[in-house]
Amino acid sequence: MSHPGIATPPAAPAGTRVLTYAEALNEALREEMRRDPRVFVMGEDVAVWGGGGVFGVTRGLVEEFGPERVRDTPISEEAIAALGVGAAMAGARPVVEFMYADFMALAMEPIVNQAAKIRYMFGGKARVPVVFRAQEGAGRGNAAQHSQSLEAWFCHIPGLKVVTPSTPADAKGLLVTAIRDDNPVVFLEHKLLYNTKGPVPAGEHAVPFGAADIKRAGRHVTCVGIHTMVHKALAAAETLAREGIELEVVDPRTLVPLDIETILASVRKTGRLLVTHEAYERGGVAGEIIAQVVAAAFDWLDAPPVRLCGRNVPIPYNGALEMAALPQADDIVVAARQLVA
Amino acid sequence: MSSTSGTVAEIPAELSPAQLVGMLRMMLRIRRFDQRALELYREGAMRGTTHPYIGMEAVAVGACATLRPQDRITSTHRGHGHCLAKGGDPRLMMAELLGRATGYCKGKGGSMHIADVDAGILGANGIVGGGIGLATGAALAARLARRDDVSLCFFGDGALNQGILHEAANLAAIWKLPVVYVCENNQYAMSARADAFTSVPDPAVRAAAYGFPGASCDGMDVLDVYRAVGAAVARARAGDGPSLVVCVTYRFMGHHVGDPLNYRDKAEVERWRARDPIERFRRVLVAQRILTPAEADALGAEVEREIEEAVAFAKASPEPEASALEEDVYA
Repeated sequence: MSHPGIATPPAAPAGTRVLTYAEALNEALREEMRRDPRVFVMGEDVAVWGGGGVFGVTRGLVEEFGPERVRDTPISEEAIAALGVGAAMAGARPVVEFMYADFMALAMEPIVNQAAKIRYMFGGKARVPVVFRAQEGAGRGNAAQHSQSLEAWFCHIPGLKVVTPSTPADAKGLLVTAIRDDNPVVFLEHKLLYNTKGPVPAGEHAVPFGAADIKRAGRHVTCVGIHTMVHKALAAAETLAREGIELEVVDPRTLVPLDIETILASVRKTGRLLVTHEAYERGGVAGEIIAQVVAAAFDWLDAPPVRLCGRNVPIPYNGALEMAALPQADDIVVAARQLVA
Repeated sequence: MSSTSGTVAEIPAELSPAQLVGMLRMMLRIRRFDQRALELYREGAMRGTTHPYIGMEAVAVGACATLRPQDRITSTHRGHGHCLAKGGDPRLMMAELLGRATGYCKGKGGSMHIADVDAGILGANGIVGGGIGLATGAALAARLARRDDVSLCFFGDGALNQGILHEAANLAAIWKLPVVYVCENNQYAMSARADAFTSVPDPAVRAAAYGFPGASCDGMDVLDVYRAVGAAVARARAGDGPSLVVCVTYRFMGHHVGDPLNYRDKAEVERWRARDPIERFRRVLVAQRILTPAEADALGAEVEREIEEAVAFAKASPEPEASALEEDVYA
């Protein structure tokens, strides 16, 4: 699958293998299920369909671990989420899959009112080690109910952690960490990234939460991107480099906890900030990141920070309209030029 | 379906005199606890609200008497009775009602979130039907860990019409999970009459839609609850899957302390009060010579002292430190 702005990286460095994002996630699930018998997977079409999941993330797991630990469920998102919470409270470590993040709207009660609050409202005497996996994002013509990026919903709720990997290595390492975490983790993948390839370290590979990653270093403009926007920012950086503008691409990797220090350090260097995500601009995470940067590093900014986000419209079906609803690499190029002008 | 006309079920042979007296003591404890909670609320010692379980004691006590310590329950906004019946400590509960640092939730949960996960109390719940999925999930965890623990899910007639019940009941059925759904039909969801807002007169028939047993019992008779829930728990523990038990009961007080009570008449309340589950059970135990009237009175006095101790403990307990505000958001 080829998509604008999502480049395929070169061959694997020593000590790594090239995997797709989906294969990397699969490896994380497989290794954690081997390591810890309390880990199990449940969701719609995770076992039988196509050998394991609509996007292949759970491929082959039922063959290795059996239908008890790799459970196909009915289409009952609220119950799937709630059972995950209850099972986690009772000692299991569920990984609950939602086929599309949009469907999490049906499961907000157990995620928001139960999972996120149980530890706090029970005085710290409960653990809810559940992972809610879903894929989000636009770009495939799936239209308004199968294309949203909803991370801001979950970032708003204390008690949840929110993860948004952009590369195969991060996908694996962050999912390993999510499964080992004793808190409810909303783990959001991007549907366009499943077939992208990249080097993944061989052997044990866990990426800590709250550690942003500088995907490309640069001196002139800090570009914080989420999911596909990391890749579009990297493509934009190539174009800008030819003009002598160095874009520093920062991937927060986890939105809660957010590594604001790495972002601030970058802004102190560049003096210019651009934040980009597919999610709707209004109420989006970009506004939160910019607010934190402005509050902490106003004096370091040489220009007003810029948001490049999804337009405040439902995702349209038509291809040209869909492209127009999302920020593109060219938009980053234009915005960066204006920031340094 | 057994009679709800006021006859009392026979005493099951497996219940010892000590257990029977313990059940009466627990019913008295629940009633006194909630009477005191109401008083504390009215004197301004409690914030938020409180939902009295008064009148429904037979349900929590009869149902929890069928459980083992490692079994789990989920409770409701009207949860004090369930928590006590599952072994909750009245001192820690009362301290929680007063928002003290010594409470079950360190003063951060209050009446609607009392929980003791290690004791199998997966929490009262502020969301109607919120415990249904949690109990079903706990049953799934027990199954995966190859334990024969059972989950018992209390919910009210109001939760009968929440979507989660349909989803969870279907899942529990297809996976034969060890969960017992105990519906406390106390006739009203706030002002909404169960008989007007639920599609069938006997909600137990809904179990047939999921292919598992459904039964109604006299929720004013602790022994009938024990019998009906006990059969469902045994079935769950044997690996035969879920059941629904509807306990027909009544809340003597309003929905909560602020209830205008304009939706039911006094005669109806008096009819149900005449079937007071504590008075009935006491009469049975005295008639069966398990307890003398004097011993029964002494039980009441003992419980009264115990609850006063709990109130004293709560009132003497410290408020949470300001630093507690941001503690325990994450593990």
